[in-house]
Amino acid sequence: MTTPMMTEHAVEGGAGRAPAPPPAGRVRRPRSGQWTAWAFLAPVALYLVAFYAYPLARNADLSLRDYTVRSFVQGGAEFTGLDNYRAVVQDATFGTALLNTLLFTGVSLLFQFVLGLALAVFFFQNFRLSTTLRALFLVPWLLPLIVSSSTWAWMLNSDSGVVNHALSLVGVEPVNWLTSPQWALVSVIIANIWIGIPFNLVVLYSGLQSIPGEVYEAASLDGAGAWQRFRFITFPLLRPVSAITLLLGLVYTLKVFDIIWIMTRGGPGDASTTLATWSYRESFGSLLPQFGPGAAISNLLIVMALLCGLLYIRSAGRSTES
Amino acid sequence: MLPSPAPRRGRTAALLLATALSVSACGGGGTTGEAAAGGAAGEFTLWDPYPQFDETSEWTKLVEECGTQAGVTLERQGFDTSDLTNKALLAAQQGGAPNILVVDNPVVSTLADAGVLTTAEEFGGDTSAIAENLLAAGEVDGDAYGVPIGANTLALYYNEAVLDAAGVDPASVTDWASLTAALEKVKAAGKKGITFSAIGTEEGSFQFLPWFWGAGADLQELDSPEGLAALSLWKDWLDKGYAPNSVLNNTQTTSWQEFETGEYAFAENGTWQLGNVKESGIDWGVMPIPARDGGPAPAPTGGEFVSVPVQEDTSTYEAAGKIVDCLTSGENSLTTTTTLSYVAPTEEVQAKQVEADPDLEVWVEAVQAAKGRTSDNLGTKYPRISEPMWGAFQKALSGAADPAAALAEAQDAAAAATS
Repeated sequence: MTTPMMTEHAVEGGAGRAPAPPPAGRVRRPRSGQWTAWAFLAPVALYLVAFYAYPLARNADLSLRDYTVRSFVQGGAEFTGLDNYRAVVQDATFGTALLNTLLFTGVSLLFQFVLGLALAVFFFQNFRLSTTLRALFLVPWLLPLIVSSSTWAWMLNSDSGVVNHALSLVGVEPVNWLTSPQWALVSVIIANIWIGIPFNLVVLYSGLQSIPGEVYEAASLDGAGAWQRFRFITFPLLRPVSAITLLLGLVYTLKVFDIIWIMTRGGPGDASTTLATWSYRESFGSLLPQFGPGAAISNLLIVMALLCGLLYIRSAGRSTES
Repeated sequence: MLPSPAPRRGRTAALLLATALSVSACGGGGTTGEAAAGGAAGEFTLWDPYPQFDETSEWTKLVEECGTQAGVTLERQGFDTSDLTNKALLAAQQGGAPNILVVDNPVVSTLADAGVLTTAEEFGGDTSAIAENLLAAGEVDGDAYGVPIGANTLALYYNEAVLDAAGVDPASVTDWASLTAALEKVKAAGKKGITFSAIGTEEGSFQFLPWFWGAGADLQELDSPEGLAALSLWKDWLDKGYAPNSVLNNTQTTSWQEFETGEYAFAENGTWQLGNVKESGIDWGVMPIPARDGGPAPAPTGGEFVSVPVQEDTSTYEAAGKIVDCLTSGENSLTTTTTLSYVAPTEEVQAKQVEADPDLEVWVEAVQAAKGRTSDNLGTKYPRISEPMWGAFQKALSGAADPAAALAEAQDAAAAATS
C-alpha cells in the first residue's frame, strides 16, 4: 500500500520542482474543454480514490476509534482520539517491536545492498557462464515467499534441521535458531537478506549498464586501478540508482511480514516481533480481533515509510539542483 | 503557485462523482448479499469451515437433504477456518449473513457478543440431549448460541515399540510423576520423549490447557501456584531434553510429523490424527492426558457449532432451526461425526460410535472430560487471556524469562485486557 503512495508523492514532488508557467497571453480554455479533460482524468481519479484514498482514510478512522467486534458489525464505534496510539506506544511489546523493526530493516538493507552491489559488479565483467550464474541468483526472487520461508524454517529447525546437522559435523553445538530469544531475529534477517539480494542485483546491474564505457576507458588511460574505478566512477555514477534501490528496499523491508510469520510467528515471546507482525497479530492473529490498535500500528509503519520517502525526495531534489 | 480556480472546481466534481459511484457500488453489493442470504424464500445458504468436501461428499449430500426436509434449497459454501470468522463478521456488517453458519466453538461467543447470532431458543434448536460440557463453549449468560455438531480434543498418542524398548508399561502412566518418569526412561534408552506444540498462537494455548487445567489452575488467575506447576512441568521437560526445543515453533502438524518419525514415545495431539496414525505403520496407542494427581485432565474442546445468524426476515428462523436439528440429531449425527471424524455431542451417539470403532473409546472418554475454552462464561474474555498465556510459555520455555515472572507478567496483561 505504501509503495504507490510513495510514487504518487515522488510525482508530486517532481511536478512541484518545476511548475511550467502558463504561456503568456494564452486564453483560458472554454468550459466544455475542462469537463472533457476531467472526464479523461476520472478513471484514474476514481481508481486512486477507491483503492488508495479510501482504504487509507478507513485505516486512519479505524485507528481513532474503539472498535470491538460488536461495533464493527453494528456500527457506532466510539471516537477515542489518540487512545489506540497511546495504548500501542505504552504496550510492553512496542519497544521490542520498534527496535526489531529498525534492526531487521537496517541490517537487511545493508547486507542486501552490499552483497547485491558486489555481485552486480562481479557479473558485469561478462565472463563465460555469467548470464547463467546471474539467472541462478534470481531463484530466491522467483520462489513464492511461503515456499522459501518454510524451507528456511525447516533448514533451521533445532532438532532435525540441516544447518544444525552440518554444524554437528564440524563439532559445533546445535543452535536453537528459531526458538531462542538471541537467535530468532538473526535467523529471519538472514532469510530476508537471501531473499532480497536478487532485487538489488538486478536493479544495480541495470544501473551499471547505463554508465558509459568511455568513462572507464578514460580512467584506465589515466592509470586508475580496479578499486579506483569502482570508488571514483562506478559508485558515484550509480548513486541515483542506489538511492532508489535502497528506498524501495526500505519500504519493502519495513512491511515484511510473511517471512517472519512463517518462520517464527514473531516468537519466541516477542523476540522476532516487528511492527508489521505485531499489527497482524492484533488485527487477525487471535480469536478476537483488535482492529483499532492493529490499524494504529500499521499507520505508524506507513508514517515511517513516508518520512523516508520525503527524505529521499528532498535529497534527490537537492542533487538535481546542485 | 496556487492552482487556478477552474481545476479546483473540477477536482471537487471528480471527487463527488467518485463518492457517488462508490456509494452506489456499496448499495449494489448489499442487494445481492441479501438475495444470496435467503431474502428470497426457499433459498438458504450454509457456510462451513470444511473446504475439503466437494459436492459429491457425504457432508454436502446430508446438507442438501436436510434443506429439502425443511422445505428449502440449501446451498453450502466451504471456507478456510481462519477466513470464516472474518467473512461472517463482514457479511453480518453488510446484512448478508448466511442462514446457517457452522463455526469453530471459541468463536461462537465472539459472534454472539457482536449480535450476529440468534439463540437456540429463538431458532427453536433442541439442545436437551447435548452434553453440557460441550454446549457450554457456546453459552453466554445462560443462552446457547448454537448446537455443537461434534467435538474433538487432545490426548496422548504413544509409540508402543519405543516404550517397550525403554521398559515402560503404558498402563503405569497415570499422573504427571509417572509420565515424567517414563520420559526419563525413554531418554535413557536413547529415544526421544514427548512432542507437542508450544507455538506462540492460539494453537499453543490449546495444547497448554490440558496441563494448565490438569493442575487445577483457573484461566482468570494465570500466575497461581497451579498455573506455575503446569508451566514448570513443560519447562522441566525441555531443560532435561525429554521434549525437543522445536516445540516452541511446532504447529500441531509439525509436532505430529516428529511423532511419525517413530523416534518419539509420546505426542500430544488430536482426534483428527486418528486416520494418520493408523496409516503411519507405528505400533500406536492412545491415552487421555493425565491430570497432575491422576485421572484424565480436562482438555479443551475443538469442533464446530451449527448456528443461525440474525436475519432481517425472522420468519426464516423456523426452517433454519429444522435444518440445525436435522444436522445434529440422531442418525444424521452419526453420519456427520463419522464424516468429520468427530466425537458426537450426545451420549447416545457416542455409544454407537464406540460400538462401530472401539479405537474411539479413549476419545469419547477424553471428550467427556473436556472443557470449552470459552466456558465458565469467559466468552470474549478468553482470547484476551490466551494471548498473554502463550506469550508466557514462549518466554519461559525459550529462557527469556523464568516461569514465575513470565506468568506474573501475563496475568497483569490479561487482567488489564479483560477488566
